[in-house]
Amino acid sequence: MKQFSAEQLNQVQAIIARYPEGKQKSALIPLLHLAQETFGGWLDTDTMDYIASLLTIKPIEVYEVASFYSMFHMKPVGKHVFEVCQTGPCMLNGSDEIIAYIKEKLGIEAGQTTADGLFTLKPVECLGACGYAPMMQLGKHYKEFLTKEKVDQIIEELRTASKN
Amino acid sequence: MSKKILLEHAHIEGIRFYETYRKNGGYRSVEKALKMSPDEIVEEVKKSGLRGRGGAGFPTGMKWSFLAKPEGVPRHLVCNADESEPGTFKDRYLMEFLPHLLIEGLIVSSYALGSNATYIYIRGEYAWITDILEQAITEAKANGWLGKNILGTGFDCEIYVQRGAGAYICGEETALIESLEGKRGNPRIKPPFPAIQGLWMRPTVVNNVETLAAVVPIINMGGDEYAKIGVGKSTGTKLLSVCGNVNKPGVYEIDMTISVEEFIYSDTYCGGIPNGKKLKACIPGGSSVPILPANLLLKTAKGETRMMNYESLADGGFATGSMMGSGGFIVLDETQCIVRHTMSLARFYNHESCGQCSPCREGTGWMYKILKNIEYGHGKMSDIDLLWDVQRKIEGNTICPLGDAAAWPVAAAIRHFRDEFEWHINNPVEAQTRNYGLAHYADPIHVPTV
Repeated sequence: MKQFSAEQLNQVQAIIARYPEGKQKSALIPLLHLAQETFGGWLDTDTMDYIASLLTIKPIEVYEVASFYSMFHMKPVGKHVFEVCQTGPCMLNGSDEIIAYIKEKLGIEAGQTTADGLFTLKPVECLGACGYAPMMQLGKHYKEFLTKEKVDQIIEELRTASKN
Repeated sequence: MSKKILLEHAHIEGIRFYETYRKNGGYRSVEKALKMSPDEIVEEVKKSGLRGRGGAGFPTGMKWSFLAKPEGVPRHLVCNADESEPGTFKDRYLMEFLPHLLIEGLIVSSYALGSNATYIYIRGEYAWITDILEQAITEAKANGWLGKNILGTGFDCEIYVQRGAGAYICGEETALIESLEGKRGNPRIKPPFPAIQGLWMRPTVVNNVETLAAVVPIINMGGDEYAKIGVGKSTGTKLLSVCGNVNKPGVYEIDMTISVEEFIYSDTYCGGIPNGKKLKACIPGGSSVPILPANLLLKTAKGETRMMNYESLADGGFATGSMMGSGGFIVLDETQCIVRHTMSLARFYNHESCGQCSPCREGTGWMYKILKNIEYGHGKMSDIDLLWDVQRKIEGNTICPLGDAAAWPVAAAIRHFRDEFEWHINNPVEAQTRNYGLAHYADPIHVPTV
């Protein structure tokens, strides 16, 4: 049974307190973010049912929201997800080449995870970094002005970090 | 010309933090505004001529005056920071470097509208900016600008930051409200408008980040003074985010009196096209607005110099003009392929359609498929008319403007670059290896004089 820590449960209460009484459902998306960060980077049914119980809403209300928003992963993902923007402005600056390079380098296709469970490649649509293209989101931060060399460096650093 | 009002202090080190921001004149507008009546503030905003900076350009003061004020029902201000229109990243810049400017604008606007609980709905991917804003809110609260009885006036206000989770559609105000209520981002049928029944069915105003930040200089200098900046109905300054093939991509603040040509080629702004290439086309206001070939971008169909303001960019309607939109300025050089670029945008809209209305849900998928066929050498000549037909049937037939936003880029690409589509269909093999080039646009393509 999945469970937030006591500290996280306080955080949950603080989030719910942002909204008027009886409108606790508004906390759903913030709680799904918290759950995804806490429980392995994706949302399984147990996790979503747990969130439903915290907000006293029906599980289906959680499923329909979680499946609507592209930041919520409904399947397991690697430890690091390369969310590479492929929309118009990034495309003009070579995002197609960057995506192809990552595929080749990691030996995976879009949506796949490497055998060691470290990396998932997820081409995404516009992330609002058009002037700093090509780019990807990596966890909480953006990696911008990507080149093949930069991609190599990012992969190398993450591999090294995972060994330590 | 370049006129810095919003970004005046952006270069100052530490301006992200309260002490430095305050030392540089921050929060003066709150001191001034809280001595005025809420209606007087709305009046100043009306006088300023400020138009919504999110894309639609609707007069802000008028939007505010529509807000219903039934007795005993709380009202809310919601800041739309769900910046997701391809080409647009100006709000990100503003929030990242000048978070207190937004908080200041939000306090004044909340007071004017009577919102005691104000929400910033920020796109989920801007996770680190959420932290920056929350830090600024904590600082503002610690210094008495937020919380109970602000400056002893009896006005209470809290600001909360809510992250979205990756949905372009949530930039549409009713979808944003649905999302803030913890639901899928499905836009609502209007009426009722949010000003009557918005967040939790309470009267709500939803404004863009840049719009709310602009309230600060409007209160500081007065609406009349603000209205003197700019030209005609394009008052004040506008933030533009520039991307694509330019030497200096980034965010610029202009006062809407410069020409498009100067904006692209002057070193003060975009600094021209890299590697000495020629300008092929440009989408001047975010991916939804019509793309224009270089000749129509720099001069209107009447031969007048096109200026960087709401009216001039729209001159000629959709036949020969475009829109200011969100200020996302996307530049394409001569090596770019219009079909491929349009296909990429079609995929974007297909991915982002919420799926409520059949014309958009199905139509965006069809447009992407047809464009993919043409781009990858499987197109038929009749596909171009089919594509035109599909976009026509989406436009105006959906609950929210996403349908229009998806249709317009396709329509404009066919309208201005039909021969490039035909070339792809007639030369399927060649189209895979080389670009159509500028040969057919050679005459109108501009040689910069700036």
